[in-house]
Amino acid sequence: MRSGNFYTSYAANMALFRTPLERWRMGFFAVAVIVFPFVATSYGLSLANQIAIATVGAIGLNILVGYTGQISLGQGAFMAVGAYSSGLATIEWGLPFWLSIPLASLFTAAVGVFFGLPSLRLKGLYLAIATLAAQQIVEWIVTHWTGLTGGTEALVVPAPRLFGARMNTDFRFYWFAVLAASGTALFAANLFRSRVGRAFLAIRDQDIAAEASGVNLFRYKLTAFAVSSFFVGMSGALIAHYRTIVTWERFTLEVSILYLAMVIVGGLGSIVGSFLGASVITLLPALIATSGRALQTSFPAVAEILPAVQEGVFGLVVLLVLILEPRGLAKLWSNVKTYFRLWPFSY
Amino acid sequence: MNVFAELTLAGLANGMIYALIAIGFIIIYKATDVINFAQGPLLLLGAYLGYAFLSLGLPVWLGIGLALGVAALVGVAIARFALRPLIGEPVISMIMATVALSSILHALIQGIWGVRPRNFPLNVDRPVVIGVAAVSLVALGWFFRRSREGLAMRAVADDQQAAMSVGVSLPRTLSIAWALASAAAALGGILLAGLVGVSQDITAIGLRVFPVVILGGLDSIVGAVIGGALIGLVEAYAGGYVGMGVQTLVPYALLLVVLMVRPYGLFGKRRMERV
Repeated sequence: MRSGNFYTSYAANMALFRTPLERWRMGFFAVAVIVFPFVATSYGLSLANQIAIATVGAIGLNILVGYTGQISLGQGAFMAVGAYSSGLATIEWGLPFWLSIPLASLFTAAVGVFFGLPSLRLKGLYLAIATLAAQQIVEWIVTHWTGLTGGTEALVVPAPRLFGARMNTDFRFYWFAVLAASGTALFAANLFRSRVGRAFLAIRDQDIAAEASGVNLFRYKLTAFAVSSFFVGMSGALIAHYRTIVTWERFTLEVSILYLAMVIVGGLGSIVGSFLGASVITLLPALIATSGRALQTSFPAVAEILPAVQEGVFGLVVLLVLILEPRGLAKLWSNVKTYFRLWPFSY
Repeated sequence: MNVFAELTLAGLANGMIYALIAIGFIIIYKATDVINFAQGPLLLLGAYLGYAFLSLGLPVWLGIGLALGVAALVGVAIARFALRPLIGEPVISMIMATVALSSILHALIQGIWGVRPRNFPLNVDRPVVIGVAAVSLVALGWFFRRSREGLAMRAVADDQQAAMSVGVSLPRTLSIAWALASAAAALGGILLAGLVGVSQDITAIGLRVFPVVILGGLDSIVGAVIGGALIGLVEAYAGGYVGMGVQTLVPYALLLVVLMVRPYGLFGKRRMERV
C-alpha cells in the first residue's frame, strides 16, 4: 500500500506533475475550463473573468509575499500603474491590446523595482509601511496628474480588437483571461523549480543564511519585486481592457488588502492557493449580493445593510481561516487529497 | 488671528489626536509585534459610542467615561477571541487578522448606526483638544513607567520568553494592551468627532498613524507625541499654503525619506537589522 511519494530520481522530484493522478486532475480541470463558457450564463462568465484576472494578480502578490516573504501593501498601486499605462498606450500610441498589456506589465515591473528599493534596508513592519507609502503616492499622482490620467474622471479605453472584432464581450475575453491566468500559473510553477525561485524561498526562510550561502539579496529581492509587479501590472492592464474604463477607485488601498486576503485565505506560497483564494474572495460578495437581491422582494430593508454584510462576512471569513487553518485553503485541499489517498484505510 | 497662527493651532490639535492614536498603536506593537490595522474603525467606534452616550443626556464625564469603558471591553474581546489563538503564528497572519477585524468592526458600526453623518452633541475647541490629549498622554506615559502592569508590558515587549519565565501572564498583558489601545483610540475618535462631527471619514485617520510612528520611532512615547505634532503641523501648513490635496501626500513622502535615512525614527531604539 502506498503511504507517500517516493522518488527515485531528482527529475521525478522536480517534475511539474509528480503523480499520474495530478496529471488527470489537471486534465479534468482544463476540460472544465474549456467547456465552461459554452454552458455558463453571462453572469457566470463575467464572474469567471474576474476570477481569472484576480488569479493573475494574486499569483503575482504571492510571489512577493508568500514565496519571498516581503509584505506589500502596494498591490493596488501597481495594478493602477498597469491599468493606466496599458490604457494610455492604446489611446496615445494606438497600440493593439495584445502589445500594450505586455508593455504595461514590463513598465509596472520597473516601477515595482523602484518601490522595492526600500526592501534592501527594511524588513517586516517597516517594509509594509514603505509599500503603504508607495500606495498613497501612486494614488495621489493618478488623481492629480489630470493631464495624463484624467484625474478623478474615468479614463475611457477603446475596446480591444483582434482582426477587427471586439474582444471585450464576456465570452471572447474569457479566453484571454484564462490564457493569462494559466500562463501566469505555469510560469510561477516553473519559477519555483528554478535557481531563482529557490533563492526567493531561501530569502523568505532565513535571509542571513541565504546571503551566507551565496544568494545575492540585492539582486534577488529586486528580481522578486520585478516579477511580482509584472503580473500585478498585467492583471491591472487586463482589467483596463476588459472594462474599457479605468477609474482610480478600482486601485485603492482596499484593493491591496483584498488581494492580501486572497493570498492569505488561499495559502501563502501556493499557486493552487492563489487561485482558490481569488475565487473565494471574488465569489463571496457576489453570492451575498445575489442572495440579498432574492431576499429583497420580501424584506426591502436588506438592500441598505447589504454592503455592511458583505464587509462583515469578508472579515469573518478571513479571521476564521486564520484561526482554523492558518495555512489556508491550499492546506485544506492537500488534507483532502491526503485523506483520500489511503481511503478507506487511513490511519 | 492670522493664518499662520490658525494653521498652527489646527495642526497641533490634529497632531495631538494623532499622537493619542499612535500611542494605542505603539502599545500593541510593543506588547505583541502586531501592526494594528483596526485602529481606524476603533476610532469610529469611539466616536459613535461617545455620540450614543452623550445623546442620552448623560453628564459629559460620565458619557465619555462609559464610551471609553465600552471601547476597552471591545479591545479585550478582540484580544481574547481573535488574537490569542494566533500567538506564535507569523506576523503576516496577525496583521491580516487585524485587517479582518477592521472589516468586521466597520460592518457592525454600519449595521448599528448606518452611514449617515451625525452632529456630535458636544463641540470641542482646539485648545481643549490639545489639553485633554496632553493630559491623557502624560497619564499613559506614567502608566508605562511606574505601574505594575505597565512594567509587565515593557517586559513582554523586551522578551516574551523571559517575561513569561518570571511570571508575567502573556494573555493578560495582551488583553490589557488591547483595552488601553482601544480606549486611547476611542478618546481620539471622540475628540475628532467634537471637532468635525461623526462620519465615516474618521476611519481614514487611522492610517495617519503610520507616518507618525515611523517618524517618532516605534517604541517611544515622547517620539509619538513629537511625531504626531510634526505630522499635524506639516499637514496643516501643506494644506493651507499649497493646497491641491498635497496634505495627504506630504506625510507619506516624509515617511519614505525617514525610512531611507533613519529607519528607527527620531527617538526609537537603534535596533534595525541590516540585511
